[in-house]
Amino acid sequence: MADAVPVARSPLAHLPEAAREMRDDLAVSLRERPLLGLLNLRLDAASEAAQRVKAALGFGLPGEPNRATGEGGRSALWLGPDEYLVVTEPGGEAALARSLAEALQDRGAVTDVSDGRTAIEIAGSRARDVLATGCSLDLHPRVFRAGQCAQSGLAKARIILHQIDDRPGYRVFVERSHAEYLWLWLMDAAAEYRAAT
Amino acid sequence: MLLIPCPWCGPREEGEFAPGGEGHIRRPEPQAASDQDWAEYLYYRTNPKGLHFERWVHAAGCRRWFNVARDTVTHEIRAVYKMSENRPEGL
Amino acid sequence: MPPQPFRLPQGGRIDRSRSLAFTFNGRRYDGHPGDTLASALLANGVALVARSFKYHRPRGVMSAGAEEACAFVQLGEGARSDPNCRATQIELFDGLTAASLNCWPNVQLDFGVVSDRLHRLLPAGFYYKTFMWPRRGWLTYEKLIRRAAGLGRAPSEPDPDRYEKRFAHADLLIAGGGPAGLAAALAAGRTGARVILADENGEFGGQLLWRDAEIDGEPALRWVERSLAELSSLPEVRLLPRSTVAGYYDHNFLTVLERVTDHLSPFAAPTATPRQRLWKVRARQVVLATGAIERPLVFINNDLPGIMLAGAAQAYIRRHAVRPGGRAVIFTNNDSAYETVAALSEAGVAITAVIDARAGDTAAAEACLRRGIEVLRGHAVIDASGGHALREVTVAPLDGSATALAGAASTLRCDLLCVSGGWSPTVHLFSQSGGKLAFDAASGCFIPGESRQAERSAGAARGSFDLAACLAEGHAAGLAAARAAGFAGPDSPPPQAPAQAMSPIRPLWEVPSPHQGRRDRKFVDLQNDVTAADIALAAREGYRSVEHTKRYTTAGMGVDQGKTGNLNTLAILAGETQGAIPAVGTTTFRPPYTPVTIGALAGRGVGDFYDPVRKTPMSPWHEARGAVFEPVGKWRRPLYYPGPGEGMEAAVRRECLAVRNAVGLCDASTLGKIDIKGRDAVTLLDRVYTNSWGSLAIGRCRYGLMLKDDGMVFDDGVTTRLGERHYLMTTTSGHAEAVFGWLEEWLQCEWLGLDVYLTSVTTHWATAMLAGPRAREVLAAAGTDIDTSRAGSPYMTVREGHVAGIPARLFRVSFTGELSFEINVPARYGLALWETLMAAGAAFGIEPIGTEALHVLRAEKGYIVVGHDTDGTVTPYDLGMGWIVDQKKPDFIGKRGLRRSDLVRTGRRQLVGLLTDDPAQIIPEGSQIVRSGASLAATPVPMLGHVTSSYWSPALQRSIAMALIEGGQDRQGEAVEAVLPDRTLRAVIGTSRFYDPEGVRLHG
Repeated sequence: MADAVPVARSPLAHLPEAAREMRDDLAVSLRERPLLGLLNLRLDAASEAAQRVKAALGFGLPGEPNRATGEGGRSALWLGPDEYLVVTEPGGEAALARSLAEALQDRGAVTDVSDGRTAIEIAGSRARDVLATGCSLDLHPRVFRAGQCAQSGLAKARIILHQIDDRPGYRVFVERSHAEYLWLWLMDAAAEYRAAT
Repeated sequence: MLLIPCPWCGPREEGEFAPGGEGHIRRPEPQAASDQDWAEYLYYRTNPKGLHFERWVHAAGCRRWFNVARDTVTHEIRAVYKMSENRPEGL
Repeated sequence: MPPQPFRLPQGGRIDRSRSLAFTFNGRRYDGHPGDTLASALLANGVALVARSFKYHRPRGVMSAGAEEACAFVQLGEGARSDPNCRATQIELFDGLTAASLNCWPNVQLDFGVVSDRLHRLLPAGFYYKTFMWPRRGWLTYEKLIRRAAGLGRAPSEPDPDRYEKRFAHADLLIAGGGPAGLAAALAAGRTGARVILADENGEFGGQLLWRDAEIDGEPALRWVERSLAELSSLPEVRLLPRSTVAGYYDHNFLTVLERVTDHLSPFAAPTATPRQRLWKVRARQVVLATGAIERPLVFINNDLPGIMLAGAAQAYIRRHAVRPGGRAVIFTNNDSAYETVAALSEAGVAITAVIDARAGDTAAAEACLRRGIEVLRGHAVIDASGGHALREVTVAPLDGSATALAGAASTLRCDLLCVSGGWSPTVHLFSQSGGKLAFDAASGCFIPGESRQAERSAGAARGSFDLAACLAEGHAAGLAAARAAGFAGPDSPPPQAPAQAMSPIRPLWEVPSPHQGRRDRKFVDLQNDVTAADIALAAREGYRSVEHTKRYTTAGMGVDQGKTGNLNTLAILAGETQGAIPAVGTTTFRPPYTPVTIGALAGRGVGDFYDPVRKTPMSPWHEARGAVFEPVGKWRRPLYYPGPGEGMEAAVRRECLAVRNAVGLCDASTLGKIDIKGRDAVTLLDRVYTNSWGSLAIGRCRYGLMLKDDGMVFDDGVTTRLGERHYLMTTTSGHAEAVFGWLEEWLQCEWLGLDVYLTSVTTHWATAMLAGPRAREVLAAAGTDIDTSRAGSPYMTVREGHVAGIPARLFRVSFTGELSFEINVPARYGLALWETLMAAGAAFGIEPIGTEALHVLRAEKGYIVVGHDTDGTVTPYDLGMGWIVDQKKPDFIGKRGLRRSDLVRTGRRQLVGLLTDDPAQIIPEGSQIVRSGASLAATPVPMLGHVTSSYWSPALQRSIAMALIEGGQDRQGEAVEAVLPDRTLRAVIGTSRFYDPEGVRLHG
């Protein structure tokens, strides 16, 4: 029994459609991006620790509220004046957490929260309309573009929304315990648009 | 449905926030405080008709606490300022 | 009879090439696309449409819009049946069915009409003065009265339709798509601003759809077409037809109800499309171009079928190609009704006369006379008669002040009376926005005064009834709004319309009657059957404020919200109280402007989406196992796991005994977990907990009690030191967010200098609680590299390592009083861990245990559950937990609170154990406790406290309970009684440590 590899599950693992690939020909498509590495980073953005963190990350933390910075497979999302969500490839969180902790030298906190949330990606020409059925953020391209993020509500769940590209494509981070609810809700909200192109 | 301008995130719907009651309530020095002092700190509020200085927290957003000067009759928000800032004058 | 006898052979905005079949009161009729139910009924000669609310008087169609106060129908059948629909706003579709309201057996022969015969006994507020004997009889009388009056029937089946909500952000929201609204949309839309233009009609154009007008030198409708084409081409302009701006709230937040498929047969609508959509709009700027509503005139029997607003008659002719009658009289006090005269002539309706209350010469009257139409100036219609439909009117001259008659009356035969008492700007949204109304005496109406929000009114909504003014004001408002929102636009000329010379209106709030009598037959609020006599009665009885008059008479309280009646009501009240109309004031305008379906307000938040349930990683296992669940906050936790044929009692008993005798497994993932890091972590803990934390070594756990600053217990939990400056705090499941928020509040508002950071990790970790004497064996069987022996993992310690190959933190803590390990693993492995432990534990008799068994087990040990044994009024001392309060600390939250006189007095309710004399009897939780032998006849009976927790204890084979009892700690051994609805149970106060009081099994 000790040799068996334990099964890791995302909160939507039991819903097969959640693993579907995104399709460019649909007005809106949805899928889960499971088990991303997620680290909660807290520190004083003006401190020397922040400079060391920049070196460890490979890029600077966002200087303005509700912006995301990033390179390669990593990004950092502004959550608060002293709080960031660092996103990395699945499996990369342990090593990154260690290097960030070293950089911080106890002048801040880095905590693995990878299992606390999952990411649902939604993209397509009607993605904004679908999100607008349950989210009060203004997502008009004049106001909200790729590289911006925001914490808000979607339906009855709290989310972190990150626009990742201009399709438009969004990543919706939702707490694990609400993931199934939000997935089903998004599928329902998208029903009206999925046929159209 | 108020539109509340979070000092960091900008204007957001009231539903993203939780009200924090009257602001600038000073916690008395516990050793010196009488029961009346402590009761006033816990329970007594000014409840004005008009300009009210109050606290809000952006609970579904950046989770920061901040102060708001709001008219309780018209709901006009006259000022928003951080916890570390002083109450603005001349509102 | 030929089909549609009152349909005009040509004209109208209807599609004659298609025929729509509909059913009204069981009879089949035909209409066309472009009809409303009202226009189709009129086309088919159906004049009698409904019976009125109170007196069951025959009623027909009196308007062509949202202001309809008479023609209410029950629309549709079964689950889609919709009560109290205004026939004037129902777009006709194929297969529509509707029926008259409030009549039995049918609208022609309605027994309810007896109320009309008895109307003198049933004035406003009659139910406050009658039906009082015997007193008990009121319960029966009320049922009868309610059944006699009333509107439609609500469906009892679930709503089969889909409704949605949509948030929208706009630089400018324009309410109303008539000339002013369209002009505003063009001006603003051309600047590139985000514009939403909403109109309640299926077609934009407003009054232009039925009035003869010219804009920019071409027919107005062509201007409308070109404007819409341009607006449709602007990518940032959103056109919302069939959409009513329903409410105006704070900070320019407005709701717009879009009827997406109501105009389609229910079976033709695409399935994923919502029936209705509620737009929630946050607009930087608002333009209210909501137009105006025509007022009826108040005279005897002014509610007969065949009496309609003059503008409505014009709309039926021009928009729907319907002849509203065969022979018409027009009764007006202003110029606008003369357009109806022209329209009636075009439609071939004979015009007996125009009755104009204005005595002087007017250009409009002159023009009529020149065309050979009789105009009786300075006259009024004082009475109408006809049974189910209008047959004739009585006309008499008015004296100089228009308050009395000045000559003999004469009768005129007609089947159509078009009335116009003037126009009231539709100021509802303006008023809802907080704006102040002003009274325009010249026009005799309320107009928008000072705005409170970023909003402008334009056109008739502002009291500008002239088309040129509507266009100019709309254009200016649109440009100004766009500029205010940051979109510069060049100055440009507005659309032009020819000037119109208008003679002034002569306000006529109540038409005088012979001997000033029969005011009880002059209807002011047609929907609620409120008459001029009722308003006079209210004033006489002291209800002189408009808010009182409204409620006493119910004027303005119907589905139509008094759209046609309010100003007449105010004016008559002003007359009765010798006040001026502006002094009387208006009642509060409340949203929604027209009724909104509950479905639209619910949106998709119905069924499974109503209250999202939070699930743990192990939830699929619990569900598959058939667990019975209970809500714990927003979570859904297994309450117990019934075996075959087991009820709750048996299941819980089995689960408890499994934990005491073998091993049980409980999903504790819902517990709140807060990761704490920083140099000042201990300072934080010392301040928020009652006990001290500096001495806690790395790898050790400590129970903490958290108070609010009033000294009352708020939360509890075990906090563990994971590293030098690293702690993990746990909270109760229900308080996880509250405690996290509480700590952040203190850090951000009071203790800004503390170097400590918090991170919520509640859902990052899944927790399986393994409890029972065989727990270690299960861990060994599952495979672990952690030393779980007594020496390796002492009670209240944490160890890190692996269980079944899964990285884990093993907390040796116990809520059950048995040897217990709370195994925390990253949530992705939660289900895998659970399945492995269940499999490994099979050989040892492992059972999954639910929250009920957990609660019984902890109660056997006397452990409290915050929120169950406490309620925010209980201190640590009340709980007998003084040992956890470190008074040597200089301060902590609650320390000063605890010293308040009421919290240190004797006689406070204290938590104790209770054992019933009869061990088989379980005291219901919440039962009140009284002195033993106390008489229950006293009022009040002195209550000593209540039972907070009560269970059957499988370990002790008897009932146990915990209670908060006055001075309980000093009453050990005393008998008390618990009061049940039908008897009392005698019990003895003792310790709450019922089982293993020394805690021997804990340290196993």
